[in-house]
Amino acid sequence: MSDSAVDGQAPASVPQKAEGPWAAGLRKLRQDRTAMGAVIVLLIIIVACCAAPLYAQHVSQTNPFQSNLDGTITLGGQDVDIMQADSAGLGLGVTPIGPTWHGQYFLGADNQGRDVAARMLYGGQNSLVISFFATIVTLVLAALVGTVAGFIGGWTDTVLARLLDVLWAFPIYLLAISLSIVLISKGLQIGPFNIPSNSLLLPILIIGIVYVPYVARPIRGQVMSLTRSDFVLAARCLGVPAPRVLFRDILPNVTTTLIVFAPLMMALNMLTESALSFLSIGVQPPFASWGTIIQDGEDLLYTQPMVAIAPGLAIIITVLALNFLGDGVRDAFDPRAKLRVKKG
Amino acid sequence: MFFPVIRRLGEMLFVMFGISVVVFLIFFATPGADPAARIAGRNATPQVLAQVRHSFGFDQPLPVQYVKVMEKLFVSRDLTSFVNRGEKVIPAVVEAAPVTLSLVLGAAVIWVVFGIWVGVTAAATRGTIIDRALMFAGLVGISMPVFWVGSVANLLTQSRWHNTWLFHWVPGLGYTPLTQHPLLWFKGLVIPWITLAILYIGLYGRVLRANLVEAYQEDFIRTARAKGLSEARIMFRHALRTSLITFVSMFGLDFGALVGGGALLTEVVFNLPGVGRLTYLALQSLDLPFIMATVMYSSFFVVVANALVDIAYAWLDPRVRDAR
Repeated sequence: MSDSAVDGQAPASVPQKAEGPWAAGLRKLRQDRTAMGAVIVLLIIIVACCAAPLYAQHVSQTNPFQSNLDGTITLGGQDVDIMQADSAGLGLGVTPIGPTWHGQYFLGADNQGRDVAARMLYGGQNSLVISFFATIVTLVLAALVGTVAGFIGGWTDTVLARLLDVLWAFPIYLLAISLSIVLISKGLQIGPFNIPSNSLLLPILIIGIVYVPYVARPIRGQVMSLTRSDFVLAARCLGVPAPRVLFRDILPNVTTTLIVFAPLMMALNMLTESALSFLSIGVQPPFASWGTIIQDGEDLLYTQPMVAIAPGLAIIITVLALNFLGDGVRDAFDPRAKLRVKKG
Repeated sequence: MFFPVIRRLGEMLFVMFGISVVVFLIFFATPGADPAARIAGRNATPQVLAQVRHSFGFDQPLPVQYVKVMEKLFVSRDLTSFVNRGEKVIPAVVEAAPVTLSLVLGAAVIWVVFGIWVGVTAAATRGTIIDRALMFAGLVGISMPVFWVGSVANLLTQSRWHNTWLFHWVPGLGYTPLTQHPLLWFKGLVIPWITLAILYIGLYGRVLRANLVEAYQEDFIRTARAKGLSEARIMFRHALRTSLITFVSMFGLDFGALVGGGALLTEVVFNLPGVGRLTYLALQSLDLPFIMATVMYSSFFVVVANALVDIAYAWLDPRVRDAR
């Protein structure tokens, strides 16, 4: 550690501009070994999920979105049915093949005879995309609402703050369930825009919106105290116009808070997405996500548990990595922050 | 003391009104489809549709519809399910409530005890490998989807290890009322309790450790040390007591949220017929009146619970009391 500290200070001996808060934060983050480990794990997961089409084509050699009830694969020179007749009971039912630990059906098949490993990579794409963009939705809306309420004040603030109070008091899962069931039963139609009920946009919007109060409330508080701070007063007295004060003095401070929130929100969104998908009101067929695959595995829990276990492990590893990264980002950018994101 | 209580109750009523409007707008004014078709379910006949349209007043302006729906929910309480014809929604919710309460109360006992244990142990051994291991385990607990933990618990206790000495006592999935058979009630809920508590043990343990470590830097701890008090006494009589303030207010919020729907996933996985599982069954059949009722009643419960916690808090803590 001491070596790297010396290395890090070496360029500073050249007289230059002082290190800005961004550079300082990034440097601290790069020196945080846990956070960097988390980044590497996340990159591996992202690359693996992006490689899903390659995996399906070259390794699993099946279409993971098409049922394959009559198929066979060759294992150790023998042809094996993917859906095997039950040996117990009347022998009428079928059980999908378990993990082969080889290229094809590495983690076994689900009830439709589809390759679980390939589905997990495709499902991971959706889980990651939804939790990422839901985070963006939350942060953008929260920044907008929080800044407008805190900066303008007066009646605007009263109305927005009361609205946030109501949404905040609303239990997250109940709000998400209400929105999901209404939207997923018939889709959403606003003027010329028609979002079909199986679009990924719906879970993104739903998850993004339900967490807005959790970020908007602290942002509003921060903007209010910044608006009353001495340096803003000084700027106003110098005749700096309000928009310039907003963009030069207030928003840069808010951005740090948003960055600190981002990984923690994404972890939370991933758990929420999986829960909604598990309740069949998240990602809709034919698409998959880690949550829907766990739900597929519920029926096979006692016979082929790997179908439910594997996507759960993927969720845990990803969320854990995001939480570690979140801790690192908080320490690097905002060491005094005491953020409590409510886990549901 | 009197004025703040009135004020908090006023806030509570305002939030309840706000929530009822939000729920109403979500269910009846979301653009995209005819609300009558949503309410009446998937295979509604034209007669049923017409009946729904009339009884909910869909041909009238939104405020009238709002009043009609609220009347059905809270005054006449005769909202009926359209999927299971004639089933009254509100009595079903009331009947399911004890199951949810049993689940959440037991889990709360476990998470408070173990949360305090984790927080105190980690803070007492801060910087050591024990502290790091506990905090890592806590983070893992926070990062696990609860329905997945429940599934794995079922796999082990109901199937794989069920016939070993470890789990042979676990009864099949389901719920036995406390009044019917107390021992079976307890046995059937142990695994769901632990499953539900894991997340909160991690969360509370981590928060408590952070608060304790902060408290240890305060002057009153140095004073206690200077007086020659034992480490155990400093921890339990001085540091823990101030650190529990956050813990207690978190507990109020989380307990309310769990009873009001947060325990849904656990109920589904363990097949416990509580309010959450009712909501789940209604979700599967797209039974919107049912979902609307459970959502409305549960969120009102949460709001009332939060208000009571705040009032109790103000009563206990003079700083909060006078700040208002």
